[in-house]
Amino acid sequence: MTGSRLETATAHTLSLRVDEWNGHLPGQHIDVRLTAPDGYQAVRSYSLAAPADDGVIEITVQRLPGGEVSAFLTDIAMIGDQLEIRGPLGNWFVWDQDDPSPVLLVAGGSGVVPLMSMIRARDRADIQTPLRLVHSVRTPQDRIYGDELTRLAAQAGGPSVTWLYTRTAPTTETRPPGRLRPSDLDDGSNWTSGATPICFVCGPTGFVEEAANHLLAAGHHADRIRTERFGGR
Amino acid sequence: MVHVTRGFTGRHPATDDRLPPGQYLTDDFPVLSAGPTPAIRRDEWTFSVTDGDQALRSWTWDEFMALPSEDITVDIHCVTRWSRLDTTWRGVAIDDLLADVDTAAEYVLARSYGGYTTNLPLEDLLDGKAWIAYEHDGEDLPAEHGGPARLLVPHLYLWKSAKWIKSLDLVEDDDPGFWESLGYHDYGDPWREQRYQGD
Amino acid sequence: MSEHRDGNALAGPLADIFTVEATTAEVQCRACGLSTTLAQLVVYGPEPGLVGRCPGCSEHVIRVATTPSGTWLDLGGATSFHFTSTATRASSR
Repeated sequence: MTGSRLETATAHTLSLRVDEWNGHLPGQHIDVRLTAPDGYQAVRSYSLAAPADDGVIEITVQRLPGGEVSAFLTDIAMIGDQLEIRGPLGNWFVWDQDDPSPVLLVAGGSGVVPLMSMIRARDRADIQTPLRLVHSVRTPQDRIYGDELTRLAAQAGGPSVTWLYTRTAPTTETRPPGRLRPSDLDDGSNWTSGATPICFVCGPTGFVEEAANHLLAAGHHADRIRTERFGGR
Repeated sequence: MVHVTRGFTGRHPATDDRLPPGQYLTDDFPVLSAGPTPAIRRDEWTFSVTDGDQALRSWTWDEFMALPSEDITVDIHCVTRWSRLDTTWRGVAIDDLLADVDTAAEYVLARSYGGYTTNLPLEDLLDGKAWIAYEHDGEDLPAEHGGPARLLVPHLYLWKSAKWIKSLDLVEDDDPGFWESLGYHDYGDPWREQRYQGD
Repeated sequence: MSEHRDGNALAGPLADIFTVEATTAEVQCRACGLSTTLAQLVVYGPEPGLVGRCPGCSEHVIRVATTPSGTWLDLGGATSFHFTSTATRASSR
């Protein structure tokens, strides 16, 4: 572990330097395995948050109440510690940078992590594919990567970024706080120029169900919607 | 090669002598799911005891509620290492359900709504060691904890206490159930830490 | 409340067993015949084990448990797996 920084009050980004890391695809994850002195092991999956940078990878860990792995990674792990990881893993929930289809990303909470990996990959490779992120968060303080997304969205050719607030919205926000609505995913703008987008949805189980149902109802085809649900623990 | 992670202990290891080895104490009641929680209406619920192909007896919900029941206070231990002490239940002792049953079977395969199964020695369900429980903490047993009714065998790891119980099949052979066929122990005694095959 | 995930969560344990990335393979449910990508299974777990269920009929298609002695794998709920050549190529990337 080479670095740790706070993204929000409860989300930490950890940097890990990995020997012989041959890169990964945006959307892939790793498994982290912790072993106690008595042999007890716990394994959890974490999405990679960014393209690898000279053998250094990043994951963003949301600290969960009672989460034994997330609490260890955010509170106890220190720079210099060795962690056991397996990966990169999963070739389904990945964005193919050569696919010219517009990309619609829908995130609930820390479900933004693998989608950020796609946004950063697009930025670093200077790809012009239209990309739109809709990120549902509880409050403005829960915007993981908020500053970076704001900066990227302001650039020419940058992604379109929309935050939705479920509990508390900034005073400038006209949308009343609340859960995801069908209109949140289709604002009537022609950002895809008529092309069929590929959709990536990531978040807690209930959020992903809802978002995928809204997308299907809006006419997106099931085979153009890829989902990644994470459990509560 | 196993690499011990600096500073990682798992949850706080047991010090209470009522906790079996490797267990930690919790006050919540974690829910482990191997599938969707079945929605079972009480007016459609039945519970039966079978011996081979023969249905020995069967109860509707109302018939089951008319059986003598008892209050139960027991410690429970999950193979995922949490334990709860002094949990309270209400249910029917298996002794009462199997009274007068004459069988050569030595084992039981418990079957649940939703398809779950688990195998146990018949003698572990007798002599006041096991129940079909339908209340927990003075309330109807919630679906996520196995309601309307679940098997309760507190002296074995909790995966033996099948949620959403549908039948007890008396069988001659100790054929493995859902987790027992995927590496978990056939008996599952928490005090001998029988978590996995070979323990 | 049944918290479940997708077949993406099977990628790690299966990477120990298969030489190609398994979650993009197509799998057919033995119970109802539905074919789906492994990544689209409804997955429960990780403890005591990962149970991948058919999104159509909910029967279990694949089960994986990791114990101190190694990995236990049950593919009995599937009739077949189809590993496409594109999946094989992608995994070597």
